[in-house]
Amino acid sequence: MSVSRTAATTRRVLEQLRRDPRTVALLLVVPMALLWLLELVFTEQPATFDAIGPALLALFPFVVMFLVTSVTTLRERTSGTLERLLSMPLGRLDLLVGYLAAFGLVAIVQAVLASGLMLGLLGLDVAGPAWLLVLVAVVDAVLGCALGLFVSAFARTEFQAVQFMPAIVLPQFLLCGLLVPRDELGPVLEAISWALPLSYAVDAMQRITVEADVSARTLVDLAVVAAAIVLSVGLGAATLRRRTA
Amino acid sequence: MSEPAAAVEIEGLRVVRGGRVVLDDLSLRLPAGRVIGLLGPSGCGKSTLLRSIVGVQIVERGTVRALGLPAGAPALRARVAYATQAASVYDDLGVEENLRYFAAVLGAPARDVERVLAEVDLADHAGRPVGRLSGGQRSRASLAVALLGRPELLVLDEPTVGLDPVLRAELWGLFRRLADEGRTLLVSSHVMDEATRCHELLLMRDGAILAQQTPDELLARTGARDVEAAFLALVRDEIGTPA
Repeated sequence: MSVSRTAATTRRVLEQLRRDPRTVALLLVVPMALLWLLELVFTEQPATFDAIGPALLALFPFVVMFLVTSVTTLRERTSGTLERLLSMPLGRLDLLVGYLAAFGLVAIVQAVLASGLMLGLLGLDVAGPAWLLVLVAVVDAVLGCALGLFVSAFARTEFQAVQFMPAIVLPQFLLCGLLVPRDELGPVLEAISWALPLSYAVDAMQRITVEADVSARTLVDLAVVAAAIVLSVGLGAATLRRRTA
Repeated sequence: MSEPAAAVEIEGLRVVRGGRVVLDDLSLRLPAGRVIGLLGPSGCGKSTLLRSIVGVQIVERGTVRALGLPAGAPALRARVAYATQAASVYDDLGVEENLRYFAAVLGAPARDVERVLAEVDLADHAGRPVGRLSGGQRSRASLAVALLGRPELLVLDEPTVGLDPVLRAELWGLFRRLADEGRTLLVSSHVMDEATRCHELLLMRDGAILAQQTPDELLARTGARDVEAAFLALVRDEIGTPA
């Protein structure tokens, strides 16, 4: 891996985003608008808002970042730039980590804004420290980027790419413990839920909701999500082929 | 006189794309320091041959070596430049932003950007997003990327399509100058009248090389007035003598 080539890729992706301010605005505003809607839905039930708000703070930026990054490789492929880059001295990790850094930066801004909105204007009340809530939201949004980059290597058309959202994200949502606690899912589904990174992010958020102290379990959850980020990018790089038919 | 060093050596190359045999048992040797024109009708396998030389094509059989190394070897990635037929640049970025990025990837000096902008005559459009340029300007932006750094072998797939005659003449002049510096250029075209600008010609049809000669040798051999007529004469000969 080369630091200068990775940094050049990050700079290039940010330049592309700068030329597309509407996408950036959507990225930042959509999760906040959804969380605001959530607060409106539960106006009469503030306790429910406090209970599920943190988990959805983990979910919305995750989904939005996943969707955006899941078309990146496809875009590079259809523009012919992927083939060109892979014929140049650019490591496959240089490309993916460059993308992750650029979108990760957007994810950080997005998650910080969304958490700020929840804790400030929307009056979310959690037992745990606010900084930890923000940290989990950020790490989870970056996970969305990394998973999106990974699946984007498999998409050959736009129709395929958009379907990775329901295929990859919705099962994680159903099994993450938000709808039904994970230990009540039955042995098979619970075992599957342990293999899905979103479960750990939601677990961490639910613990922050009720526990005042920073527990070791929460840090382990964060480490698992971070490991899933590294794994996704590594697998994504491994699936890029320099030679094609 | 000793044989000049080979820039490309291909032995028994077979490529199958989408179930169709595009190249079969193709062998050739290209000398270094020349402008070599790869001519043939569209669909004859020119792009597949070029992709094989760059090392981005999955090859079923045979060996392809560029600059003495297996095609696509990591050590070749900064020494072999490649411009695809469709412009492969970022439409949403400016010409200069594109070039700056690719220069960084290639490890080419930043001043190269200005040089190649002038070489493809896009200095006046440096800041414009590539997507808002004309087709010819876009393909020149893509060609400019291939001129970054100091590639020893330039593989250019139809770089002059859709350009006005003046600019085309300028680009062929540039290709000759690069060859004078010892670089090798393999340039494909389906426009036969570009052939006279090349040191050497590869005529291709249906995945096979019909001839590899200098333009003068080709005309002398076929007795034709121009390369187009020579091509037709060769095709007639081939059909007339079944293998």
